[in-house]
Amino acid sequence: MTPDGDWPDAEAALEALVERMRGAVAHDAALVGIYSGGAWIAERLAARLPGAHPLGFIDVSYYRDDYALSGLKPNTRRTALPFDVSGASIVLVDDVLYTGRSVRAAINELFDFGRPERIELAVLVDRGGRELPVEATYTGVRLAVARDRSIVLSRDPGGALSLCVEPVGVASDRPA
Amino acid sequence: MTRNPQLNANGELTHLLTLEGLPAAIVTHILDTAEPFVSIAEREVKKVPLLRGKAMFNLFFENSTRTRTTFEIAAKRLSADVINLNIGASSTTKGETLLDTVDNLCAMNADLFVVRHSQSGAPHLIAAHLTAKGRSHVHVVNAGDGRHAHPTQGLLDLYTIRHYKKDFRALTVAIVGDVLHSRVARSLIHGLTTMQVPRVRVIAPRTLLPTKVESLGVEVFNDMREGLSGCDVIVMLRLQNERMKGALLPSAGEYFKHYGLTGDKLALARPDAIVMHPGPMNRGVEIESPVADGARSVILPQVTFGIAVRMAVLSIVSAN
Repeated sequence: MTPDGDWPDAEAALEALVERMRGAVAHDAALVGIYSGGAWIAERLAARLPGAHPLGFIDVSYYRDDYALSGLKPNTRRTALPFDVSGASIVLVDDVLYTGRSVRAAINELFDFGRPERIELAVLVDRGGRELPVEATYTGVRLAVARDRSIVLSRDPGGALSLCVEPVGVASDRPA
Repeated sequence: MTRNPQLNANGELTHLLTLEGLPAAIVTHILDTAEPFVSIAEREVKKVPLLRGKAMFNLFFENSTRTRTTFEIAAKRLSADVINLNIGASSTTKGETLLDTVDNLCAMNADLFVVRHSQSGAPHLIAAHLTAKGRSHVHVVNAGDGRHAHPTQGLLDLYTIRHYKKDFRALTVAIVGDVLHSRVARSLIHGLTTMQVPRVRVIAPRTLLPTKVESLGVEVFNDMREGLSGCDVIVMLRLQNERMKGALLPSAGEYFKHYGLTGDKLALARPDAIVMHPGPMNRGVEIESPVADGARSVILPQVTFGIAVRMAVLSIVSAN
């Protein structure tokens, strides 16, 4: 993989996201990360934000709108929401907000577990390009990237996050 | 030879007809796909929208309650519409051919056929017919054909074995009973050898074994105690009552004495061996109640896993 220009430091973007959420997020709000990048960020947020935040993970594969086009992705993970979704205040967490389709799928999936009191959205990177009326409540960093590039979040064995920009198609092969 | 009729031009599973010759990578993909489906039953809404808008026809030319019901539940958990055809009471009795029935259902916009038939090869015939007619978007899943195959049962057995034993490549598996008439046994044997289980045994009287069964890659035992020794997995087969009427067996009591699974015989297997049965069970014929209901029995988990495995098969073929 070759670098594709300058991209921001993922850890700095995470710091910015923590600052925006601190004091604004309900002290008992559940953090639900969308696999896989969003799950890593949700774990980090849970450790950094004040209050006690139940942690959950969601795999939106069964709710995607492109199943008929591209089938089921390998390595689908088990959605795990170890708290009562009905009446819960939930912050969905994702790495990159782009078309808004993953968020639409995640909201649909959450409602199959119960009726949440409220759902907010926290993203590390907002790259614009929305195809649905979806906006983040909390954003780490905004970034303009060409349509033929995808932004990929990685986590090294020590847990440090990093961002890079790759041609579209490479990203789908990244390890979980 | 033409390509495997179950696979499309890209080598992806588009029909499920048999486990014989199915690549290990596809079997593993099905088992991996099934895993997260197990937990959908724990949701408030026990459904995901994957096959929303698809129509699945249960075409059962032979009676079955469990298999038909589990396919129906699997399809409904994927949000497909399910249509059950009571074939015995319908068109075939009026003289319609199998393929005419299929063509009529295609005209009703069927997307999936789940087929059970007493004739070996019927699902294969339907799949070939759909290909010949250019209906590559319609998929066939074999739910049991004659003595040939019952691939989703074989897959759910593999899923159960992997769930409890993790690694296929270190196991001794014994299949006990009426192997001769059992499509369940045939599918499981093919699945186990594909997944490189090193020791697959069949245990049965000679009258209930196919000739040259060794050619499937199994060891043959006529003595159950000898065959069970050191096994990790014991799969009991149902003894069909109608077999008693022929000259194959002296009596149910005699069969139980030699080939029924008792606590006494189970003690010969490994201490952590699991006991499986495809159902429906004949208590006191092939298995005694304390074993069927005992701590080593995984017969009911098999049923639960069967739904997830069928969900995996339906969602994989539908996308290809």
